[in-house]
Amino acid sequence: MTDIGLWGVPLAILGGAIRVSTPFLFVSLGECLTERSGRINLGLEGTLVFGAMTGYAVAYQSGSPWLGVLAAALAGAVFGLFHGWICKFRGVNDIAIGIAMMLLGMGLAFYFGKPFIQPVAPDLPAIPLGWWSDIPQVQAALQVNALFIVGGLLALALHWMFRATRIGLTIRVVGDSTDAARAIGLNPDTVRLLATAAGGALAGIGGAYLSLYYPGSWNEGISSGQGLMAVALVIFARWNPINCFWAALLFGGAGALGPALQSVGVSSGYYLFFAAPYVLTLALLILTSSPDKALHGAPGELSITK
Amino acid sequence: MSHEPALPTGAIGVEAVSMTMRFGDFTALDAVTINIRPGTFHALLGENGAGKSTLVKCIMGFYHATSGGVLVDGHDARIKDPVDAQKLGLGMVYQHFTLVPSLTGAENLVISRADAPGVIPWRQERARLDGFLDRMPFRVPLDQPVNRLSAGEKQKLEILKQLYLGSRFLILDEPTSVLTPAEADEVLGHVRGLCSAGQISVLMISHKFREVTQFADDVSVLRRGKLAGGGAVSDLTHADMARMMMGEETERRELSRTLTNGETVLALHAVQASDRSGLKSIAIDDLQVRAGEILGVAGVSGNGQTELMEILTGQRRLTGGTISVKDAPYHATRREARDLRVRYLPEEPLYNACAPRMSVAENLAFRLFDIGTDGKPRIWKNSRAILDNAASRIAEFKVKTTSPHSPISALSGGNVQRAVLARELTGDVDLLVVANPCFGLDFAAVAAIRDRLIEARNSGVAVLLISEDLDEILELSDRIVVMSEGRIAFETSAAAANTAEIGSYMAGHA
Repeated sequence: MTDIGLWGVPLAILGGAIRVSTPFLFVSLGECLTERSGRINLGLEGTLVFGAMTGYAVAYQSGSPWLGVLAAALAGAVFGLFHGWICKFRGVNDIAIGIAMMLLGMGLAFYFGKPFIQPVAPDLPAIPLGWWSDIPQVQAALQVNALFIVGGLLALALHWMFRATRIGLTIRVVGDSTDAARAIGLNPDTVRLLATAAGGALAGIGGAYLSLYYPGSWNEGISSGQGLMAVALVIFARWNPINCFWAALLFGGAGALGPALQSVGVSSGYYLFFAAPYVLTLALLILTSSPDKALHGAPGELSITK
Repeated sequence: MSHEPALPTGAIGVEAVSMTMRFGDFTALDAVTINIRPGTFHALLGENGAGKSTLVKCIMGFYHATSGGVLVDGHDARIKDPVDAQKLGLGMVYQHFTLVPSLTGAENLVISRADAPGVIPWRQERARLDGFLDRMPFRVPLDQPVNRLSAGEKQKLEILKQLYLGSRFLILDEPTSVLTPAEADEVLGHVRGLCSAGQISVLMISHKFREVTQFADDVSVLRRGKLAGGGAVSDLTHADMARMMMGEETERRELSRTLTNGETVLALHAVQASDRSGLKSIAIDDLQVRAGEILGVAGVSGNGQTELMEILTGQRRLTGGTISVKDAPYHATRREARDLRVRYLPEEPLYNACAPRMSVAENLAFRLFDIGTDGKPRIWKNSRAILDNAASRIAEFKVKTTSPHSPISALSGGNVQRAVLARELTGDVDLLVVANPCFGLDFAAVAAIRDRLIEARNSGVAVLLISEDLDEILELSDRIVVMSEGRIAFETSAAAANTAEIGSYMAGHA
């Protein structure tokens, strides 16, 4: 190994950011989509864990990691549909249902996932974007997983969709004003149902990344709250998919801070650095809040901003 | 994809024939027939609750009339829902805007179209929209999110949207209630022009005589669900219309004032705050209310009155200046309000001054449930005292409720208003801040509330009355100030008040 000294820290953070951010990215894009339709799905943490289990199990059984990703997306969509279907009934609170779905998803994943803790499933492929460099650390940091690139393109696609397609405008109308949506003949429940399902599918993919690439195995502690942090991340990103991408990178980088410092020998306060993403969540929410104004850009029908 | 926004192919006439609508035992509409001739501007007058909204909702298919029908262009029309109405060329502009606040004007127009393309080619759509706007008598900025437009621009955009969708018959539900007089005249002038050009026919709900005489061809008046009269506007005087609207007992009682001239109770000095949108500021240099007077704050909705109320109730942060009550600094905490005897009657008291699902008795106890007879904070609730208080307040203020235990949200608007006023006027009061106290109430309730306010004034209470109803201000106030653009634009004594002069300050033109 070449010794690159303190340069190792930013490099490790960059590499870590790319590796750690992908689940954040998918879950936050999914949550962004759901929240733009005027509903909050707090159950994405459960969807993420269930997606991780499903993806791992299917990849192990079929031998194809991509089939695993597909299965995780389908499982996530089913969770989303269930959430969206329950929430259309009167008097049902989407936040409470979300928490119930989170616990349900994790419980089911642990139950069905027991036999898959030992076996080894095939990993998702990575693209070596560091081929131009001779330094192994650079090459390692730039091992970019295909799903990360898909996620980045998806952020662009969602941004375009919200601006220039009928589906995107429909979602924004429903999210901003149920009355206006009814007045132009849209059915808000259907739109929200589909948006929640699509959001669930994306969260499922995020889960598959966890178990099939990084950390790359299935166990019960596979998620460290990415699904919940993604909700905060969407608020921080002001419901904008492009911002979600940068926010996910930032959170990923914060998550990589601990291991990066460890690699250059900083070992005191080790657990403190591991708490960086959580501290960052709190700090960002406090800094971006205002005592006087409602959040700018928040969908008008969202139950937390009403 | 070769969609061209349907051009209005000419005005159509609409006739509602013997329309009856019953909700349970209540007859909201009783055999009402009105005929809107093609290319005319028809006004529909009536008090709150006279059945105007019910009638237009029946025409638009929101409600299905118990009996009666609609003729569109002379043909019997079956309108099951607003989508059917839209297909027939009937459109409605609602009192509350139905534009999506965070979408731009252009996005709002395109998505409201039934055949909006899957992928929107914005460049072509913009060119088409610009072409459409060129044919219209007025323009609205289409690139701004709607929530940044002024009320007048939103109203114009609503009307544009209906024309863009190809409506040839438009229902306007109190279109000017949120506009300044100048904006109202501009918008209605354009609508009038479209009628004269034969592009649309219009049915406008209103209760402003001035607009009716200035812009409408015909008028129909509803009272208690029945057609009380109508005809060509040119044949009717304001007095005729008022008589149809209110029946015979419209004699306005003279309110007896006993002259009191007290000390200054409320004083605002160089108060600054940001307004609701956060874009503009509220700045009140000097405002004083004395004991035993009613100070009326007039102004068109959205000129800072809501913010003034929020400043006084402590819901809006001051960025500068001071508020004092009886020379003591005042920050609207519960403790200060109690010590300085400040009470409030905000607008829509059911939402702003009540816990809607709690009982009438509990709501009436909000000022006293946590202090004991000795004036010290109490820990256990005294249900006896709460019920006794409720019984006496309900009797004294004639609140109609089935029981003190029923939820306050079950009461009618006038009774909620009475109940809150009863609570706020209990005990010694030095300052009462009131906002739009009679909004949406019927005659009897209005008279009762206004009597109470005068009574409070006569007993030496300083009353600050914020109201969008100029008649109410003129009737009740001893002194009048006009708010415009977040500032006090004008001050006059009620005796010297000149409606035209006040109106021009309200419009910000003086």
